[in-house]
Amino acid sequence: MIYLYSFLFSGALCLLGQIILDNTKLTPGHITSMFVVLGAFLDCFSWYDTIIAYVGGGALVPITSFGHSLIHGALAKANEFGFIGLMMGMFDLTASGITAAILFTFIFTLIFRPKN
Amino acid sequence: MEKREYQKIVDRHKPTEPRLKNAFIAFVIGGMIGVLGQLLIEFYTYIFDISTKDATVFMSVTLIFVSCLFTALGFFDKWVSFGKCGFIIPITGFAHSMMSSGMEYRKEGPIYGIGSNIFKLAGSVILYGVVSAWFFGMIRYLLLGGV
Repeated sequence: MIYLYSFLFSGALCLLGQIILDNTKLTPGHITSMFVVLGAFLDCFSWYDTIIAYVGGGALVPITSFGHSLIHGALAKANEFGFIGLMMGMFDLTASGITAAILFTFIFTLIFRPKN
Repeated sequence: MEKREYQKIVDRHKPTEPRLKNAFIAFVIGGMIGVLGQLLIEFYTYIFDISTKDATVFMSVTLIFVSCLFTALGFFDKWVSFGKCGFIIPITGFAHSMMSSGMEYRKEGPIYGIGSNIFKLAGSVILYGVVSAWFFGMIRYLLLGGV
């Protein structure tokens, strides 16, 4: 059942993005930025956590989960150190993704040659 | 001819994008990537005997690795232009934007080429993510007192 929910939720987000892309003048850059902000906003009152509990991987794959992880790391550190913790913990949970992306990009750019 | 009439004729002859088809393709591909994510999470929980939270990290690293590799090999660009938002909205789009700008500016050298252009598109995601996460985190911290 969780697979069906994954499919529907992730698909619905992509559908929403595609509708915005086709019917307005916004570029993919605008849309991904909007979705990150949306993810952070939904986590303001833990709504995104509830979604993840029902949907599982379908909510963790879209870029909205990036905003969700950012705010979660920040709040975990804020619990411990107070206000300054918001800055300390910002990248705690997304560090793996960003580091992986940077590393793989660097290695592959050195190895492979562009096709055209 | 009046400008408005001319505009009408132009609009009539403009190639219309198949919006319905695009939306359907984005829905199906995005949904499939969501299912793939869930499959990977369960696979890693089973294989390495780790919690779901750790498996999530493994899953996103796997997806980033795959989309970086496919972009480097040269055929992921075609997939993205076919699936559009189906590939852009998931984490694959983040990795794809970094990898493709890295490839594009590769010939300008390691510093001014790769180094300064790699975050050209992904940078906006990080910027607005951090700013909004800080802002909303502050609201939640003030209202609810943290987690």
